[in-house]
Amino acid sequence: MTHPSDTGPAPVLALKGISKSFGAVRALRDVSLELFPGEVHALAGENGAGKSTLIKTLAGVHRPDTGQVLLDGAPVVFHGPGDARDAGIAVIYQEPTLFPDLSIAENIFMGRQPRKALGRIDHRATHDATAALMQRLGVDLDPDRPARGLSIADQQIVEIAKALSFDARVLIMDEPTAALTGSEVARLFGVVRTLREQGAAVLFISHRLEEIFEICQRVTTLRDGAWISSEPLDGMTEDDLVRRMVGRDLEELYPKQDVTPGEVALSVRRLTREGVFTDVSFDVRRGEIVGLAGLVGAGRTEVARAVFGVDRWDAGEVEVDGRRLTNGAPSTAMAAGLALVPEDRRAQGLVMDMSIERNIGLTGLRTTVKAGLMDRGAERSRSLDWAVKLQVKYARIADTVNTLSGGNQQKVVLAKWLATGPKVLIVDEPTRGIDVGTKAEVHRLLSQLAADGVAVLMISSDLPEILGMADRVLVMHEGRLAAEIPRTDATEETVMAAATGRAAA
Amino acid sequence: MTVAAPEEAPVAEAPKAGATRLVDRVFKMRELAILVVFLVMIAVTQAGNSEFLSEQGIKDLLLNATILVLVATGQSLVVITRNVDLSVGSTLGISAFAAGVYLQDGGNPVVAIALAVLLGIGFGLLNGLLVSLGQVPALVVTLGTMYIIRGIDSIWVGSRQITAADLPGGFVDFGSGGISAVPYLALIALAVLVATAYYLKHFGSGRELYALGSNPEAARLAGIPVRKRILAAYTFCGALAGLAGALYLARFGNVDSGTGNGYELTVVSAVVVGGVIFTGGSGSVYGAALGALLLTSVNSVLPALGVSSVWVLAINGILLILAIAVDRIVALRVALALKKRNARHA
Repeated sequence: MTHPSDTGPAPVLALKGISKSFGAVRALRDVSLELFPGEVHALAGENGAGKSTLIKTLAGVHRPDTGQVLLDGAPVVFHGPGDARDAGIAVIYQEPTLFPDLSIAENIFMGRQPRKALGRIDHRATHDATAALMQRLGVDLDPDRPARGLSIADQQIVEIAKALSFDARVLIMDEPTAALTGSEVARLFGVVRTLREQGAAVLFISHRLEEIFEICQRVTTLRDGAWISSEPLDGMTEDDLVRRMVGRDLEELYPKQDVTPGEVALSVRRLTREGVFTDVSFDVRRGEIVGLAGLVGAGRTEVARAVFGVDRWDAGEVEVDGRRLTNGAPSTAMAAGLALVPEDRRAQGLVMDMSIERNIGLTGLRTTVKAGLMDRGAERSRSLDWAVKLQVKYARIADTVNTLSGGNQQKVVLAKWLATGPKVLIVDEPTRGIDVGTKAEVHRLLSQLAADGVAVLMISSDLPEILGMADRVLVMHEGRLAAEIPRTDATEETVMAAATGRAAA
Repeated sequence: MTVAAPEEAPVAEAPKAGATRLVDRVFKMRELAILVVFLVMIAVTQAGNSEFLSEQGIKDLLLNATILVLVATGQSLVVITRNVDLSVGSTLGISAFAAGVYLQDGGNPVVAIALAVLLGIGFGLLNGLLVSLGQVPALVVTLGTMYIIRGIDSIWVGSRQITAADLPGGFVDFGSGGISAVPYLALIALAVLVATAYYLKHFGSGRELYALGSNPEAARLAGIPVRKRILAAYTFCGALAGLAGALYLARFGNVDSGTGNGYELTVVSAVVVGGVIFTGGSGSVYGAALGALLLTSVNSVLPALGVSSVWVLAINGILLILAIAVDRIVALRVALALKKRNARHA
């Protein structure tokens, strides 16, 4: 399991023969990894391959059952995240973990604030150091602002500033780009390159293959908890990498079927929510997949939430199959045949501690009823039916959904809504944080649904996904619809131009 | 390490700073609002009864608030960590009785106070250990210890009673004396309050209490010793409940097995009215102290205005619900304001 370029400097951090089990689940089996200074190393694998467990082992959250963690060649044992941090290892997690009530400055320096006499915190120095970090990152976040209400992109910036603040030698980035826009990704990569040039070792995780090829030098691939390969990216193709990750050839990632659109299923007219989005009008026809693109914070998710009735709108109207929807009433939206698969599956899409069966059953609480009582048998067969149709990978249908990988959780959310037999399906970031294999399955599913006559509105920050799947692309910019681009004219350039406000609508 | 500062660096500084100021103002306003309500209430009462703000009147107001302020200060620390301590009333009662028994036998008042504080620390440690190690919700654990401590108290005290006549004269004088209108006891409470507020703002471990209440998972990942901090918060809360017990004895001179019964709910009300958010991470001990002052003043205001004191509880309840409603509305407004700023500058 050595890698071919052993001639360089010694690894700053290494894992040797690491195994880790949770109960009966073997999350990691005999995995080895070496991180060198001045190198960005990609960690690739499908969801559930063991990437998260590996990161948590490096971060001192998990202790391996067997195997060693080597820091500068010497074995170390991390008793907690504090130990790993003191060793110069910084982790930027997929879901930023900030303190919402505290200021950005406090978030960055929590536990290691500059001190004055008698161990008192030097608030002034904390503020100034934070301002300096923000300047270095080229962002204008106020250090005294509370973290509550920050966009995911900004939260991510705070996390990166935190890592920079303790001059981390090893930076582990767990899908840092999943919620970032193009320009934010470019900014992040600028920072990563600088860190690399200064001799930091970076472990980079992303499901966007093009990013791996853009920023990384070497890649380690995991599959089902086992080490598959560690090799330079030079000379590799995306197909090579995918083959190592999934262990088979990947069918087409964007299996879009050509469909002739039918009558209008969803009609949104002059929808406005004050301060959030303004004068948004569009139609989605049966059989159509309409992509809704735009930068994070452009108001896409907010429009979807208002259409579904989670948030109230201030003006405008929404019709499904010609039926006007009531403002702020998800139950009438559901009754009219609307389904919304939300952006944040853990917080909004699933009840994490409930079983797969019950989660899928949630949308059927009014239909799977016998004599006024829940019909458990009907609920189970309905759930099983959909779990099988969507090929959810699980041990038992009664297992809680938090035991599933991200991709399978997303399938459960989809199953939950498809079980309602929707006429209009709104999916918000349907493949964020999902591995390539599952991504292709989700795409095929959406395409099949459209072919069956469902109107699909797909919000996505993943441009290739929008371009590959959508019949039409709607682009939002600062709360307004900036452009409507037919499939034939949609390119990365046209969409991004509209999203950044460079092109007139 | 220098990262080339990209083009957009200096854009839109002013509006963001504006958002921050708005948020700042709102949170400062929260304490200010209680103060205003308090002052208006006092002014109205004074207008209706000019005797109200006599020297003795002011002294009574402060004396009544003192003990609640102390216990609320301790409780705030626990609530900030997203926990609660329901056993403070029982701890106060048993500490007061222990100090009384010791003084009755001719003990030294300073030692008596130390004894009460130590007893409080003991019960605080017990609560802290159960909550931090047992991973059981604090509400349930401290409900249990509340009954246990009260039970021990009842068995030990039985039908005995300590009265002012059993206590050294100096101790009782200390309890009711003061510098003109300011009682000694209030000065002690004020000193504890200021020291605690200073600690929370200026010391790392103090800020960590806010951090772990705000997001426990993030606190763990940031390497904050979560259990140790929770243990410390409970111990401090217990210590203040013990101290409050000793001061209760000095103030009233009268302790039996029912002393402090039901007090925990008054304390929690004061803390919440004072703007310490029950879900942790936010609020100040000054707010809690103002909440305590407001709630205890209602007790004095109603009789002064000739209103029956049966209204006290109902009014306390209304204040509590009003406070929570205000917090909720303010939180929504602030979130919306921040979101709008974000939307415009994303």
